[in-house]
Amino acid sequence: MDLKTLTFVVVGLSFALYIGIAIWARAGTTKEFYIAGGGVHPIINGMATGADWMSAASFISMAGLIAFLGYGGSVYLMGWTGGYVLLAVLLAPYLRKFGKFTVPEFIGDRYYSQTARIVAVICLIFISFTYVAGQMRGVGIVFSRFLEVDITTGLIIGMGLVFFYAVLGGMKGITYTQVAQYCVLIFAYTIPAVFISLQISGNVFPQLGLGGHMGDMYFLDKLNKTVTDLGFAAYTTGNKTMIDVFCITLALMAGTAGLPHVIVRFFTVPKVHDARLSAGWALVFIAILYTTAPAVGAMARYNLHATVNTAVASSGDMFAPDASIVGESRPDWMKRWEKTGLIKWEDKNGDGRIQYYNDKSKDPAFLAKVEAAGWKGNELGSEAKGKFTGKVDNDIMVLANPEIAGLPNWVIALIAAGGIAAALSTAAGLLLVISSAISHDLMKGVFAKDISEKGELMAGRVAAAVAVLVAGYLGYNPPGFVAQVVAFAFGLACASLFPTIVMGIFSKSMNRGGAIAGMLTGLVFTLAYIVYFKRDVLLGMPKVPDTEWLFGISPEGIGVVGMILNFAVSFVVMKLTPACPDHIQHLVESIRYPRGAGTAQAH
Amino acid sequence: MSKPQDFDAKAYWSATLRLLVITLVIWFVVSFGAGILFRDALDGIHLGGYPLGFWFAQQGSIFVFVGLIFWYARRMDKIDREHDVHEE
Repeated sequence: MDLKTLTFVVVGLSFALYIGIAIWARAGTTKEFYIAGGGVHPIINGMATGADWMSAASFISMAGLIAFLGYGGSVYLMGWTGGYVLLAVLLAPYLRKFGKFTVPEFIGDRYYSQTARIVAVICLIFISFTYVAGQMRGVGIVFSRFLEVDITTGLIIGMGLVFFYAVLGGMKGITYTQVAQYCVLIFAYTIPAVFISLQISGNVFPQLGLGGHMGDMYFLDKLNKTVTDLGFAAYTTGNKTMIDVFCITLALMAGTAGLPHVIVRFFTVPKVHDARLSAGWALVFIAILYTTAPAVGAMARYNLHATVNTAVASSGDMFAPDASIVGESRPDWMKRWEKTGLIKWEDKNGDGRIQYYNDKSKDPAFLAKVEAAGWKGNELGSEAKGKFTGKVDNDIMVLANPEIAGLPNWVIALIAAGGIAAALSTAAGLLLVISSAISHDLMKGVFAKDISEKGELMAGRVAAAVAVLVAGYLGYNPPGFVAQVVAFAFGLACASLFPTIVMGIFSKSMNRGGAIAGMLTGLVFTLAYIVYFKRDVLLGMPKVPDTEWLFGISPEGIGVVGMILNFAVSFVVMKLTPACPDHIQHLVESIRYPRGAGTAQAH
Repeated sequence: MSKPQDFDAKAYWSATLRLLVITLVIWFVVSFGAGILFRDALDGIHLGGYPLGFWFAQQGSIFVFVGLIFWYARRMDKIDREHDVHEE
């Protein structure tokens, strides 16, 4: 069977599985639609949270980011896992005890204010739509690259599938499809990693293989030597400043804990006790991928260098004329992926060979060697807008990884199914929080209070359907900056929702005025900073130099400052406005202990 | 939601906060401490082929997070039972 047929079969089988589950787990009530009836086992919920959380970005892009950033990639690894500790100790159990359906509902009730609820809905919709557009794009890209259909067709198939199980099944359908999607994506991710770890350092576990031997030296030492000899920064040190690494990591952690589609997953378990455990299980399932990713990244980086420069593996002279491979005899995978523009070769010095090195190096000794070898600039990069860029695309490190390592075709087919599973599961979770914010918070909560249960369920389905269409449109026709702002959704969640929810639980006296002022300050400050420093991408204006960053903090990490401002402004405004009423203080007291959490509905 | 009988809300909450602080200190030390602030010093020590600071940043902190959440959940269960506010 050829690769294309095999990929169709594997992806088709995974789709049949999701559809089967969707039909089995239809939602009949609003409780099932919003929180899967509230009777989900903590391990099942942990697995669903894992799939919900790990998006196309985690699956396709993260290992590549780490590969090229080295130590700098740690911000994603720590940031996107450490948030679960915050969830487990600060948010999940208390919000579960509160026992309602949505995040804005908690904020509205706790701060006795419809305005606060609407502000929370605005934060939620902005965060979730930026995210979901990236997922739909991911579905389209995987389809077009592996199955050779165009992006639009891929998008329509993806939208149809999400439509089917999110609209029909609500949270219940999503929960059980996410369990299946988790299994697909984790197999797809770890199998190639195990093979590659075996090839490089003979260890079955990539987590150990990364710290293992390669020949007579440690693999990481070998990698460090290879990349520094080619003029790049040493892999294990990286080149971000400490304060920036610190702030980005913290922003990603607090942002993770403040993401509505992650928080609502903890509303689906029966008890407060289960909410705490479930956060642990979610992190177990996430950690399987997240501790594998650094190995995938480092080994793929090594394999890429070893492929284009034969002296890497033999420890010979990398500047020798015949060390660089002849362009015409480059491997098939490179030729195949050149069609997608993710990788591109441009023969700058006309010697017919590929030289891949850091031509931006400032090291005079290195530049002298480059000069002597007759290299005229880095020749391996990717193609953007028809032009050669000096950087290989991050995504190729996962997408082409099995081919680079020479793994069998069924592994490649599995990667396609895994990428689609990662994107679909996250998209479905996001679409559900968007639809419940509209049907439950805006309609039932504010504008159409007397709507019946049936009417609300219908409204939820219609809202989910509209959200799928909008997401599909954004994925088809991304406003240019979608990919850029996905990472900033974390900054916004970190500066707006996270502090407000935490204060709602841990301070009895925080009041309406303080919460609204704090949320708006965090949101506006963070948004303004990001737009100002990314105005070249967002608005097409001249770029502001990075040297003007506040305290040297990049836009990715600025959510931390926004969070501090949120806390500070909330506190000051609280002192100046009427105190929090007694019945709200009692409400806060009652969510602090577990007993009496509403009994869940079994199904 | 009626209050459980003979429930000392203050004592329960301060026990909860004490555990919360311990948990967050460990959380901070393994990630921001070992993986970022003191990485350079720790990188001088090796764990197999890993410089130790790099290991904490890319592997160790994640393992500790997982263990930490389960440990926290167990300790919270104990506090809940001692104050008789656990769920049936």
